[in-house]
Amino acid sequence: MARISGVDIPDNKRGEIGLTYIFGIGRSTAISILGKLEIEKNQKISEWTDDQMSKVRSYIADNLKIEGELRSEVQLNIKRLMDIGSYRGIRHRTGLPVRGQHTKNNARTRRGKKKTIANKKKATK
Amino acid sequence: MSRSLKKGPFIEYKLEKRILEMNEGTKKTVIKTWSRSSMISPDFVGHTIAVHNGNKFIPVYVTENMVGHKLGEFSPTRTYRGHAGKR
Repeated sequence: MARISGVDIPDNKRGEIGLTYIFGIGRSTAISILGKLEIEKNQKISEWTDDQMSKVRSYIADNLKIEGELRSEVQLNIKRLMDIGSYRGIRHRTGLPVRGQHTKNNARTRRGKKKTIANKKKATK
Repeated sequence: MSRSLKKGPFIEYKLEKRILEMNEGTKKTVIKTWSRSSMISPDFVGHTIAVHNGNKFIPVYVTENMVGHKLGEFSPTRTYRGHAGKR
């Protein structure tokens, strides 16, 4: 078990994949990190030498915004939108999709689980 | 896709001209505009601009944080007050 930048413990995966367990590092960032440090991206993390490990750690610490810091930045950006009262901010406030998706149906990820309205009028016949 | 940097931000010519004129002088008036697609430039900060929403003009007081957004973002075009059942 390896520990990179605080909490994250990627394990017996290939370097390219293991790094993506860190919030803020996806596939392309992971590949570019390993490319810059000249580590074979198919190598398992357990096979890294201590030297390589510390190089990866210091590279991430110096160059990337990650985990808590990144999360709070995202939250701040959303808060800014809400404070200035822009359309996107209003959508965030009301919990509806922000990027112009339709809401006639679906959009369940943003709107949460379906709330059925009780006593909706029955078909009269 | 974002706008080409070569062109610079879009600001309606007349609107920008009037704002710059107001910055020269001391008098501040509310400017009515239909140009919802105009970008808010740093010159706009502190002015109130009445942005048309298709029905009427919504006064928008421009603050520093709004720079880089478009005027239309602050003048909602739809009214939605929730569904009948939820009240």
